[in-house]
Amino acid sequence: MHRLHNEIVLASFTKGRDAAVTLIEDMAGIRPGTPLAQALAARAEILRLSQASHDAVLKPREPGGLDHGLRAALAARMARQNEQPALAAHYDDLMHSSGEMQAPEPAPVERARIAAIVAHSDLLTLRPREATRQDIAALTAAGVSEPDIVRLAELAAFVNYQARVIAGFQALGGAKS
Amino acid sequence: MSHVVHSFTTTVPVWSPYITPVDLTKATPEQMAAMQVTPSNKGVSPYVLTLAHDPESLAVRSPLFNQIMYGKDGLTSAERELGAVGASVVNRCIYCAAVHASRFNGLSKRPEVMDAIFRDERDAKLKPRDQAIFDFAAELSEAPPSVAETAAGNLQAAGLDMLEAVDLVFSAAIFGWANRLMHTLGEPIEP
Repeated sequence: MHRLHNEIVLASFTKGRDAAVTLIEDMAGIRPGTPLAQALAARAEILRLSQASHDAVLKPREPGGLDHGLRAALAARMARQNEQPALAAHYDDLMHSSGEMQAPEPAPVERARIAAIVAHSDLLTLRPREATRQDIAALTAAGVSEPDIVRLAELAAFVNYQARVIAGFQALGGAKS
Repeated sequence: MSHVVHSFTTTVPVWSPYITPVDLTKATPEQMAAMQVTPSNKGVSPYVLTLAHDPESLAVRSPLFNQIMYGKDGLTSAERELGAVGASVVNRCIYCAAVHASRFNGLSKRPEVMDAIFRDERDAKLKPRDQAIFDFAAELSEAPPSVAETAAGNLQAAGLDMLEAVDLVFSAAIFGWANRLMHTLGEPIEP
């Protein structure tokens, strides 16, 4: 695994790892036969499109300047920031299985670009209301391309959506982990 | 001279991107498909042209958004809009709040609800069912989410069944997504 990715994952507070799970229902601990499970059966198309969105932002055919390993590392960090340990474990596994290796010691300019991406990921996750034009200017100044700025926003927006769907279902099911 | 809108309003602003949108005349076939550009539909907003930088995610997000906000049965359309506004107030997405408050008003004919929310934000005092929906959406939108242990019971006590509650989770959560695009990639300008 790439050293930078490992640092990104470990940079935020960590919680215990639950069993690896992949679907929103599994992560939310939906029990078969419950009223919540029955309601979700009527929303199967939304769950399917949510899974397709996951694949589009974590494993895109055209990743641009955000490779699959970096995306998974950022997603794991966002999941921890949203206090979703099972989701974070899922992204940890995805990062390990991405199989992407970069130079063990990236050049300073690449380190600066990654640092700007991580800082913006934290802003999008924890303080989106504070985002301004200057935050986009900072990304551009660090060498993040405009398409990559949109890719990063979609990744963060998706993981924050997913974490809220899971948190909401945990509340409705009375099974908050 | 254009002026940025900083206060909540039901007058829908013009959204202006911070980055260069895709040039429609140079868009790839994949970008055109993701933007749903067809011979009969050539009008594409600056927002969609901006998101077209990442056509793979745009192509799946559009149908997901439509299913969540405009799906049949379950939570009423107006109450899905109320959930969207709850998220947009927490994330302070002025543009999203304006669009979805306007839709709520058009559907419900109860402008006093949005008047109260835009004046008092999280402290708004609403009728019990509106209050339960708004509070749940707002709590779910905090970072990290801060849904109370009593949230599910509050929704049930306010008369929401499980399918309506599920629809509320989706409508608030999808604005955790939309707000993080709209509010961070551009700004609202006075029309």
